Amino acid sequence: MAIFKPAHLSEKRSARRYEAIVIGGSAGSYDPIQIILSSLHQHFACPIMVVMHLNRNQDGTIANDLNKQCKIEVKENIERKHPAPGVVYFAPANYHLLIEKDKTLALSTAPPVNFSRPSIDELFETAAEAYGPNLMGILLSGANSDGCRGLKKIKDRGGFSIVQDPADAKINYMPKKSLELTQVDLVLPPKQIGFFLNKAIGVGKLLRKKV
Amino acid sequence: METEKPIPQETADVELELLLEAIYQEYGYDYRDYIQVSLKRQILNRLEQEGLKSITELQVQILKDKDLFNKLLGDLSINVTELFRDPLFYLALKKEVLPILKTYPQLNIWHAGCATGQEVYSFAIMLKEEGLYEKTQIYATDVNQVALEKAKAGIYSLSSLKEGTANYQQAGGEKTLTDYYTTDHKNAIINRSLKKNILFCDHNLVTDKVFCEMNLIMCRNVFIYFNESLREQVLKIFHESLCRQGYLCLGAQESLLKLKYSNYFERAENKQKIFRKTIHGNI
Repeated sequence: MAIFKPAHLSEKRSARRYEAIVIGGSAGSYDPIQIILSSLHQHFACPIMVVMHLNRNQDGTIANDLNKQCKIEVKENIERKHPAPGVVYFAPANYHLLIEKDKTLALSTAPPVNFSRPSIDELFETAAEAYGPNLMGILLSGANSDGCRGLKKIKDRGGFSIVQDPADAKINYMPKKSLELTQVDLVLPPKQIGFFLNKAIGVGKLLRKKV
Repeated sequence: METEKPIPQETADVELELLLEAIYQEYGYDYRDYIQVSLKRQILNRLEQEGLKSITELQVQILKDKDLFNKLLGDLSINVTELFRDPLFYLALKKEVLPILKTYPQLNIWHAGCATGQEVYSFAIMLKEEGLYEKTQIYATDVNQVALEKAKAGIYSLSSLKEGTANYQQAGGEKTLTDYYTTDHKNAIINRSLKKNILFCDHNLVTDKVFCEMNLIMCRNVFIYFNESLREQVLKIFHESLCRQGYLCLGAQESLLKLKYSNYFERAENKQKIFRKTIHGNI
């Protein structure tokens, strides 16, 4: 008989290679975002796109601060190209961040969605279309329902979904709403989300130098 | 758990391409080199509102129904903006660019992709406060007729002016914004004196050409919708339109990276995307 191999380690890992992670948060999501991003390895093997509802004239200071606190690079300057592994792309205030079907980043100044620009749904839904099952979506604390539809779409397209534990979230409306709507894969507090990501994604072979 | 079978994506993409081709052939608006994801979002919204099931169904309707097409055109080219969007940009313009523009006897300014006009009036206000307005001709153009009509009317809801007022102060405005409009119960109406040197007209960056020599071109948050070849093409038009050392202003998230014509422009300001046509750069 062959050596026993736990199925979830052998098959799932090789079957699914995550190409990107999208994170969305609204009110009360700065702390969880900070906790998750600062726990990631420097050579994290996946690009991460983040939409956090911001003040409209916020000029990149949050991304700069996070960049200083994290081992991976955090930036708010979005260029029209493929997102690089080990880099966090923060949606700039007053723009929607979208993923084009060829998996490049795109911006738009279309009307706000769910009263928000950037809108989490816009990122999640377009990313779900571009990446299909190779996408991981994470929804955090918030006081409106932006992102719930998007997370469902990620799940419907075969992607993986994580929601911040409502008991742990500062404002639990968004996580709760999302749990009602979607059969979420994991419900975790932020620190554990960080551990999980490091484990599930791992470190890339190509070593990037943080700029 | 059994998940719903996802719709095969290729089908939808082909449908989108066919729709854009149909729009081009029938109405002459060329969206084929736009970034597709943002178009698709707006088109799917329109489908939902019209109660149609697929993009193909929309295509059939659009070829028959001009009103529906106009609605869709509105969706596709709608940039939602406000007075003095990006106040720090206007502050930089005021500090770095306007002093140099002051030295010219007369000015031509092109606002390409002016949408509903808020940013045109913002710039006009700045020109007025710097004493430049009287010698300036502003050309404000857009493809979207509906937006252009709104821009021409210069009527904005009072609620939208709240942000504008805060922006105006941050942008280094010297008076109060109320000096530039009158109000009724719901709306603010931009003063006639601010409109007199602005010519609003229909111009399509994708299919139309150079029409005048400019000292400054504003084209903010338009390049984000274009693919590389279209950006190159439009930058060429801008290059040909600008006078020696003329200015080109782009949106905060836009750059000239990777474009051939970028060699003929240099950054005029460190933080904002304000470029200047170089002296030597004549192709």
